[in-house]
Amino acid sequence: MMLSRRVTVMTGILYGAFICIAFLAGYEPGQRIGRDFVYFSWDILKVMPPVFILIGLFEVWVSSKAVEKHCGKDSGFAGFLWAILLAGTAVGGVQMAFPVAYALHKKGARLGMIFTYVGAAAICRIPLTTFEASFLGVKFTVIRWAVSLPLVILAAVFLERYLTVQSYKLPLMEMDK
Amino acid sequence: MIYLYGFAFLALAASFSANFKKTVLALKTAWREFFQILPTLVIMVILVTILLFLVPDQVIVAYLRNHDKWIGFLFATLFGSITIMPGFIAFPLCGILLKKGVAYMVLSAFANTLMMVGVATFPLEKRYFGTKAALMRNASSLFIAIIVALVTGFFYGELL
Repeated sequence: MMLSRRVTVMTGILYGAFICIAFLAGYEPGQRIGRDFVYFSWDILKVMPPVFILIGLFEVWVSSKAVEKHCGKDSGFAGFLWAILLAGTAVGGVQMAFPVAYALHKKGARLGMIFTYVGAAAICRIPLTTFEASFLGVKFTVIRWAVSLPLVILAAVFLERYLTVQSYKLPLMEMDK
Repeated sequence: MIYLYGFAFLALAASFSANFKKTVLALKTAWREFFQILPTLVIMVILVTILLFLVPDQVIVAYLRNHDKWIGFLFATLFGSITIMPGFIAFPLCGILLKKGVAYMVLSAFANTLMMVGVATFPLEKRYFGTKAALMRNASSLFIAIIVALVTGFFYGELL
């Protein structure tokens, strides 16, 4: 279930009005929230065009067969490596990983693969990792990768098992039919 | 970022030269999917700005430096779960905290939950995965984040 349209629009209007009033009245905390909003939105929006263009291209060019072969029902351990490799090169926050994961699933990637993808996108994006290692040390990063990646795969497998038993369907899959 | 734009541009150019119609279709798909998700994204950013206002950076620093590392650990997990920060803000912050004497274990809990557990991104995740799957993914991520932090603590000799 998604947020109803009315709630979304109302929230947006109220929030916008609050920010405007804060700026007019010189209310400092409100102004800070407003600035944060612009800053974060820009941060997210600037990665949007290439990410969604690539998703669009992916949808028309990559055949379901290829995805199924690597990440589908019968894919084995190598599928997880594919998912992690794909995630390592991902950009944007985890919020960008959801649409990509969904696109993969629509092309036949199994649930376990897309959960691995999202998890790995959170853990081991290459640009982020170089940043992390420079601030916290390589040892810190190595431990984090070595422990979390196997656990992410494990969790993804269990999640998939459980959801498959429940014959769970992703909500958008029903809508897109 | 520049590489990403460059790559998308090259891919687009290659696609155009290979098949014009297919590329137009791809762009239409991209446009439609973007607008499908836009309202939820805006709501998410609104949530984040309000959260960051309620829990400012200084408060985070104050709690994480707690003398009892387990309390620091607890707060790190909590803060990391509810807030979202871009990585290029989060890691420098971790670097500062480290210099101020915050344990690696606490930083690990903070960084892990920050990236893997998303209370503020939940509405977005729910749209794609559904409530149940999103809940379960976040719960398992929280669990993983804690284990990783404990192992980190072990290797840095902070656990005992």
